[in-house]
Amino acid sequence: MSFLTATYIHKSYGKIEALREFSLAVDEGEIFALVGPDGAGKTTFIRVLCHLIKTDQGDVNIAGYNIKKNFEKIKPLLGYMPQIFSLYPDLSVEENLKFYAGIYGLTGQAYESKRDYLYTFSNLGPFARRRAQALSGGMKQKLALSCALMHEPKLLILDEPTTGVDPLSRHQFWEILLQLKSEGVTILVSTPYMDEVARADRAAFVFDGRKLSEGTPEELAAGFRGRIYFLNEEPTPVLIENLNRIEGLAVQRFGAGLHLYLAESDTIANYENSLAQLNIAVEKLTPAAPGLEDRFIQLTESGS
Amino acid sequence: MNDTAVEIDNLTKRFGRFTAVDGISLTVNRGEIFGFLGANGAGKTTAIRMLCGLLLPTSGSGRVAGLDIIRQFEAIKKNIGYMSQKFALYADLTGRQNLNFYGSAYGLDKSFIAGRIKELSERLSLGEFLDRISGSLPTGWRQRLALSVALLHRPQILFLDEPTGGVDPVFRRKFWNILYSLADEGVTIFVTTHYMDEAEYCGRISIMHRGKIIDRGKPFELIAKHNADNLESMFIELIKKQEPTDEPA
Repeated sequence: MSFLTATYIHKSYGKIEALREFSLAVDEGEIFALVGPDGAGKTTFIRVLCHLIKTDQGDVNIAGYNIKKNFEKIKPLLGYMPQIFSLYPDLSVEENLKFYAGIYGLTGQAYESKRDYLYTFSNLGPFARRRAQALSGGMKQKLALSCALMHEPKLLILDEPTTGVDPLSRHQFWEILLQLKSEGVTILVSTPYMDEVARADRAAFVFDGRKLSEGTPEELAAGFRGRIYFLNEEPTPVLIENLNRIEGLAVQRFGAGLHLYLAESDTIANYENSLAQLNIAVEKLTPAAPGLEDRFIQLTESGS
Repeated sequence: MNDTAVEIDNLTKRFGRFTAVDGISLTVNRGEIFGFLGANGAGKTTAIRMLCGLLLPTSGSGRVAGLDIIRQFEAIKKNIGYMSQKFALYADLTGRQNLNFYGSAYGLDKSFIAGRIKELSERLSLGEFLDRISGSLPTGWRQRLALSVALLHRPQILFLDEPTGGVDPVFRRKFWNILYSLADEGVTIFVTTHYMDEAEYCGRISIMHRGKIIDRGKPFELIAKHNADNLESMFIELIKKQEPTDEPA
């Protein structure tokens, strides 16, 4: 069942169309990722969902309530973590938690048990007295998340929570999200990085104010039309030039090797002779699974 | 010219009792694209600052662009370029004004700067974006402009810190094709990043943890060696293996 539905959202700033006919449905208890580059419209969409900006057109429903008519009912269900670190830098970890608890009317014993619960997965307990500004990037994000969780929201909306955070802290952050999911929280998270999406249940590609595609991470990658092979050869300019001369093949350098792109209807066997002329045995090629990035590029280059 | 761009041997940096960089050795060849990975606090920044001539090591030795990092650290600065995602282009100046400013800060003469702006503008297809206020440019163009600033003085080695964060994948692929062509001309590229979709584009990577380099190699070989699905899980597993009960912040 959908916990959040947005239908035909349209938002312009002057001539710039930030969101165009953007529709999305997020099921209860799933982690849904919005993936796209800076400027794609992710933050605008999230602000619409949090009722921070008005749309020109379209409708949002959360937990059965309409955002325009009944936002007061939605508010207690919603936890929002903005992209910019918005805690008090000169307050300590604990003071920030206490401040947010106060806003939601959580005091005394109720606050303390909530705080201790939040420490169990943020691991911020030992740093309770450290000022927020002195925390590492990963710790700041965990503190911001803790504050957003203070009132036990049913829907958590996170705007690029892991941008600039190192891979290990990012991994730990996602462990927390999975834990929250197992407790029944619905999570919508945005990211500019394709490699973040694998752990989400479903994701949508966002580009130029539009939703290009959506599905499970596997489905999104599998939407790629064509075949990719990895060639374990030193990617010299000469080799690349020679490969590019072969009709039907597209070549892209990929780290220490090369990726060869073929049409879906094509097969590598068709190139056995032309590759042999370059002293490349077909055995040197291994099929590579198309990544989310390959699919994203295909969608944006074709202009769809 | 020497075929080794970066060569460090047992490089160590201590701050009081804390060892930030603990005896790392590394060779990067001319024209190589090398990814320098590690979690926050692993010692990457300290190591890079020593390579850029900004910080002297406690012990060990190294050469960058053929220059000794202890005795010739001043000269190193003229031979390297640096670009960061957070790198401050002056937001209220145009790209061209930024290039002129940085050129004169490097002490380059006016005709050289003018020639380089023309070359770089063509090479990086800056076009109309060169004369726009840089603060108003989309992320991808801003980064391309930052790259042109880093390349202005024809450095032999380019240090890049998360160069394509937040950029759309089509733009990133083009950006990396520019880097590949620079590498083909012999420019050595040293990349630090938290994102595996950037690390995958590197020819070779190393992974740093607690001041030490714990593994290195070609990305696909490391994935195979550690039996991982991808670079990200290889990275996480490798670090977890080092310290199973580690709980860094």
